[in-house]
Amino acid sequence: MAAAQELTPTSYIGHHLTNRTISLGESPFWTLHLDTFLTAALLGGIGFGFLWWVVRGATSGVPNKRQAFVEMLIEFVDDQVKGIFHGNRAFVAPLALTVFVWVLLMNAMDFIPVDLAAWFTGNVLQQQEWKPVPTSDINTTFALALSVWALMIFYNLKVKGIGGWTHELFCTPFGSNPLLWILNFLFNAVEYVSKPLSHSLRLYGNIYAGEIIFMLLWMWAATGLVGSVFGGVLALGWAIFHILIVVLQAYIFMMLTAVYMAMAHESH
Amino acid sequence: MNLNVTMIAQAVTFLVFIWFCKVLIWPHLIRAIEARQKQIADGLAAAEEGKQSLERSAKQADQAIARSRDRANEIVAQADMRASQMIEEAKSAAKSEGERLIAGAKAEIDQEVSRAKEILRTQVAALAVAGAEQILKREVDPKAHADMLAALQRQL
Repeated sequence: MAAAQELTPTSYIGHHLTNRTISLGESPFWTLHLDTFLTAALLGGIGFGFLWWVVRGATSGVPNKRQAFVEMLIEFVDDQVKGIFHGNRAFVAPLALTVFVWVLLMNAMDFIPVDLAAWFTGNVLQQQEWKPVPTSDINTTFALALSVWALMIFYNLKVKGIGGWTHELFCTPFGSNPLLWILNFLFNAVEYVSKPLSHSLRLYGNIYAGEIIFMLLWMWAATGLVGSVFGGVLALGWAIFHILIVVLQAYIFMMLTAVYMAMAHESH
Repeated sequence: MNLNVTMIAQAVTFLVFIWFCKVLIWPHLIRAIEARQKQIADGLAAAEEGKQSLERSAKQADQAIARSRDRANEIVAQADMRASQMIEEAKSAAKSEGERLIAGAKAEIDQEVSRAKEILRTQVAALAVAGAEQILKREVDPKAHADMLAALQRQL
């Protein structure tokens, strides 16, 4: 591994959790996490490139197995969205598909053992620091959640108009009595702030915590035979459980996206 | 946990992927799926149609068979009737032919009998003359008696 300095638990974890950054400007804000950005873009490119490659040769006749797989995926997403979103799904369903596929692939980077990934990025890509899981970077999850949030505001305005939306902000959920306007608005404000926060932090927390637990277990495994045995067994259990978490978080993220879009389209 | 320009980069990437998905992936596959759904629905409808027309055909075939069976029975009955009729005709023809033959035979027999009687009559007459000749021998004048005998012969 990163060799020269002495390997302590702190440096081990720190090494795995440090982003590869490049600076695009003076202030700290202009720091770009190159690893997050490139890994995410590459995964999206592979995932959507695959879908596009399959879809380009799609036939309405008897599908081959590849096409049947993609159709299963798309019909799964379409069914889920159909259950939540009543209306024209021409935008919301592809949005949900994008979210599901991309988040799933980014989460799935967690399946690669941390030290294997570190070996690859260190020795093959010659990068000392490279976080392989984009969704364990809060920037990614906030970017997704805030994009969805912005789309939600956009569709609120588009569907209900500025008047309708304002009316909804002040007159729901408690009623249209002028005395309740402030209360309604505060309630809605909390809701609109908490939506992107819970949306993004849920995904980030799950994936980040999953990584940390793997690292703690591998550190234990480095302490000797007993630690290796227990650490290995526990890591196996956690890895199996993690399969569920990875898919479940991607699914939840997609469902919440659909729910928020549905709420933007439906007036109360 | 530090928010920085990465977030914007990721958001832009996200929007690009959304666009890619919405424009290049989703419509094509949904179109294929819907076309197939339509094909399947059409196929099912055609199968239903086929089933119904099969039922109709089966009904028609049953009717045709029933009609044919009736007609066949009718023909057989007619044939039976005709056959017994012909037998009756043949019987009566044979009977009349037999009667005719019997009548002819009888007539022939009658003829034979009368001819035999004729011959017998002549022979009896000759015999009687011969016998009388033997009995009377000398006194009898054949010539005088011949007339008498001829008269007698005619009486027979």
